[in-house]
Formats: sequence, C-alpha cells, structure tokens
Amino acid sequence: MTPVESKNRKELVNFSTLLIFSFFVILWIIPYFLNLYTVYVFTWLLIYIIAAYGLNLILGYAGQISLAQAAFMGIGAYVVAILTKLDYSFWIAFPLAGLLSFLVGIILGFPSLKVKHHYLAMVTIGFNFIIYKILMNEEQITGGPYGIMNIPRPTLGFISFESDLSFAHLVLIISLLMVFLMYYLLNTKWGRAFKMIRENEVRAEVVGVDLRSYKLVAFAIGSAYAGIAGGLLPPLFGYIEPTLFEFVISFDFLLMVLIGGRGRFVGPILGVSIVILLPEILRITEQLNLLIFSIIAIIVIVLVPEGASSLVDIAYKLFTGKKFPSLTK
Amino acid sequence: MALNERKERKFMRKKILKISNLHKTFYGFRALNGINMNVNEGELLGIMGPNGSGKSTLLNCITGIFPNTDGKVFFRDKDITGWNSSSIFKIGIARTFQMVQIFPDMCVLDNILGALQESNGNMLQRLFQVNESKEKEKAMGMLDFLKISHLKNENAKNLSYGQQKLLDLGMALIADPSLILLDEPLAGVNLTLGKEIIEFILKLVKKKSCTVIIIEHNAKIMLDICSRIIILNEGKKLAEGKPEEIKSNKEVIKAYFGA
Repeated sequence: MTPVESKNRKELVNFSTLLIFSFFVILWIIPYFLNLYTVYVFTWLLIYIIAAYGLNLILGYAGQISLAQAAFMGIGAYVVAILTKLDYSFWIAFPLAGLLSFLVGIILGFPSLKVKHHYLAMVTIGFNFIIYKILMNEEQITGGPYGIMNIPRPTLGFISFESDLSFAHLVLIISLLMVFLMYYLLNTKWGRAFKMIRENEVRAEVVGVDLRSYKLVAFAIGSAYAGIAGGLLPPLFGYIEPTLFEFVISFDFLLMVLIGGRGRFVGPILGVSIVILLPEILRITEQLNLLIFSIIAIIVIVLVPEGASSLVDIAYKLFTGKKFPSLTK
Repeated sequence: MALNERKERKFMRKKILKISNLHKTFYGFRALNGINMNVNEGELLGIMGPNGSGKSTLLNCITGIFPNTDGKVFFRDKDITGWNSSSIFKIGIARTFQMVQIFPDMCVLDNILGALQESNGNMLQRLFQVNESKEKEKAMGMLDFLKISHLKNENAKNLSYGQQKLLDLGMALIADPSLILLDEPLAGVNLTLGKEIIEFILKLVKKKSCTVIIIEHNAKIMLDICSRIIILNEGKKLAEGKPEEIKSNKEVIKAYFGA
C-alpha cells in the first residue's frame, strides 16, 4: 500500500467511524420521538435486520439459498419463550437460541448442501413446513396454535428493559453488535472464501476452498443470525405463536435481501426498511396498500436488479466521480 | 560433466505423477480409454492431440473435477484418486483452464489473494488472522510480474480476455505449486504476450524446479519448448517421446498434422 493510499484509507476509516457513530446516536434518539406503536415497529425492524443479515450471508455472499429463515427464527423464539417461562434468565436463553439454531443449521445443512439452487430451496421450504407443523402440534411444549403468552422482558442486574423504550435500546445495541460481527466475518478470509464460492464454485475448489465446510459454516452462521433475531421476538411481543414463523415469512426475508441488494453490506438494512416501512406508510391508501406495495417492489427489482443499495453506489459515483469503496473483501 | 549428467538423470527419473490405466466414460462415451503415463520431476511435458482427444478431460481427472471411471492417479507415490479438487490443490497441484476461470465480481487483487489464502493454515486461523500484509506483498509481486498490477482494484470481469488469462495463470502460480497443469495458456492471447508467457513458463521450470504439464495446439511452440510430448487421440495415448521422435512419428503426422 502506498503512503497516499494508506492516508486515503485512514481518512475513509475516520470518516466511516464518524458516520457510524452519528448513525448510532440518531438511532438511539429516534425512539424518544415515537409513539407506542411506532416504537414497536422500530424494534421489530431492528430484529428483522439481524435475520436478514443472516440470509444475506447465505444468499448474497456464499451464493446458497435458504427459505427457512423464519423456521430458524421460530427455533430461537421458542427456546427463549420456553426457557424464560421456566424461570431461566433471558441472558442464558438468548445465547442458547443462537447456539441451537447454529447446530440445527449444521444438521440441516450437512445433507442438504449437497444440492444446489432450486433443489436447496425446496429442501429448506420443506424444513420450514416441518418446524411450523411441530410448533402447531406439539401443544404440551409449544402451546400449539395458541402459542406461549405472558413472556417477561429481560432485566440485567438493576437495569430493567421492561419499558418499550429501554427494550428498543437493548435491541438496537444487540443488532448493531450483530452487524459489526458480520462486518468482521466478511472481512476475514472466510468472507473472501464465501464470495469465491458464489462467484465461481469450480475455480474456488481448484484453489483449495473446501466447499463443504465453507458452505456449511455460512449456512449455520446465517441460521444462527435468524435464531438470535427470533430470540428477541418473545420479549418484544410478550407472546409468540406459530404463524409468526410460517413459510411466507421466509419468503419476505428473501424479498428483503433482494430489494436491499444481495451481497451488499447495507442491503439488509435498506431491504428490511423498505419491506416493513412501506406497507406501514401505505396504510393511508387503505385497501390499495398491498397492490401499490407489490407494484413498487416489482419496479425496484426491474429497475435496480442489484437492489436499492446499488443506488448508493450510483449516487456516490455521480457526486464524486469515483467508485464507491467496497465495505467488505 | 559426467557427474552432473548423472545427477540430472537421477533428478529427472524421480516421478512426480503417475497415471495408470485411467478411464473416463461420459454416459457411454469413452473420453479416456486406459491412459498410462508418468511425469518426471522438473520436466515440461506437452500433451497434444486433435480436438476431443481427451486432453482437458485428462487434466480434469487429475485435478479431481471429474471423478474417473477407472484407474489410479498417484502424486509422489501417494494415491490421490477420488480426492476432491481442494485437497489436490493443497497437496501441490495447481491448474489453469481452457476457458478462463476467475472470480468476476471480485477485484483482481482479491482473486490472487483468494488463490493464496487456502494453501496454509486451518479454518480457525483463517477466521482470526486478519493481517494479510505478507500475502498482499506476494500477490502484488505476482501482479507486477503479470503486468496487471495497475488493475488491482478493478473487478476481474472488466479486464480484457488476455488480462483475464494472465490472472488465471497468476492464480495457479501464486501458491508455489510443485506441479502446474496449463490448459491452452496461449489460446486467445496475442503473440507478444504468448511469447512472454512461454518465457515465464520456461523460467519457472528452470528456477523453481517445478514440473509443468502443458496442453497446447501450437505444434511449433510445443516442439520447441517441451522436453517430452504425449499425443492423445480418441482417448488413447498415440505416441510418447522427445520432440524429435514425435516429429517423425508417422502415426502422429497422420492423426494430428493431417497429412
């Protein structure tokens, strides 16, 4: 790296740190101005961003497909709900939710990652249906269609996250942490190996990339992200039921990643924001909202097939004349 | 002189790759039909043959891209039959492709670094070791050599075909393999560049004592540079020998040179 390049890089890093810090402060302040319902939506959005980052890793970086993101969310959510109802601390149940989803991801991924593309999609859809049926039918454990009610919100020592505002702040911290972890992961050699698999599987294997292991860890980490996101849902709503983890929700995640821009670091943030906030905004159009939402989604996918986050690149190039620096390897 | 020659002979006699009775069948079509061959350490072996004679299939079977139907492949007396491509790369066999195989949406530097990163260390080290300055230096050295270092931040898909070919070659060479398989390195490359590639390959064989198997259609160049040539025809070995022997082999002339 030449001195000029390293200086530029330093400036860029300083600038990004400032940007991220101010972004964090803004996100911290936002909930103070929101009402009861919109704080809910805000927290919900942050939780979904975590799960979408997981799918973006699987789909956007490692080039595999998973339509079971909702199922893994369900696993995480029910682990937290059941354990906290049994009076275990949230701080034990929550990491367990991530860990169990990771393990189930490995167990599901081990046989199913032998197949690719739509075959893998079918396998994961099947898995989502199985989990949904289990949640519906194992009434003694999951409460069946009625779900689990009166789930408490966590406390940490003398800090209580009982109020909507404090819980929103807790979720904000956790989701930013997860985003930073993803940023780290994508900037390691693993991140590069994932991309190599996506770009050219044959070449990747011929330069020594162990396809099986890398695909498996990408799938399992992506699933763990969904589990962690799921673990935050029960304390947010206070109850959970199987319909929150239906197959269609997995499809929503696919839409979020595609609209945001798969394989782009800020993609999930934009994608989740568009898919969740747009219908909320379109409520004013009453019955027409779904129609308008669908049309907008189609237009976005047709006009910017690389996702909404590619608009950032285009704008950057228009204003500075330079290529937007890549955030990951 | 005599001592040197004897030393050289001893060195040359050491087999790096041994292929015995290799068969490959695609849905009844016999692409390779009982190939037997040895590759000696430090030699530049040329493989020639008409289109569809099984040259690329042979490389694909050696590097584990296709599982072979029958037969065995040994690398330094180790049976590597049925190994997957990544393990074969890690043992020291690298290759280029007839159609360039690169990572199109990654920058040139990342293409080279990616080809280097898996050659040492384990999975966990690859997760926690973030500093790559040494690897970067090595990769930049390779890019400098290939004269594409000014394009290091460009996405590989934006390169010209010749440049992509060089990148593909760089990816095969960066991890210092002991056996390099080159599948038509000169196809689609202009004359000057082709000459440079050839010079580079010769230098490589001499300097690093690495072994090269090269597939190429340009008979003149092959007869010039190779120490030994194998001619394939319809999945079988038609002839094998020094360039002078190949040149005068009647069967070869009939099958390959078309006269």
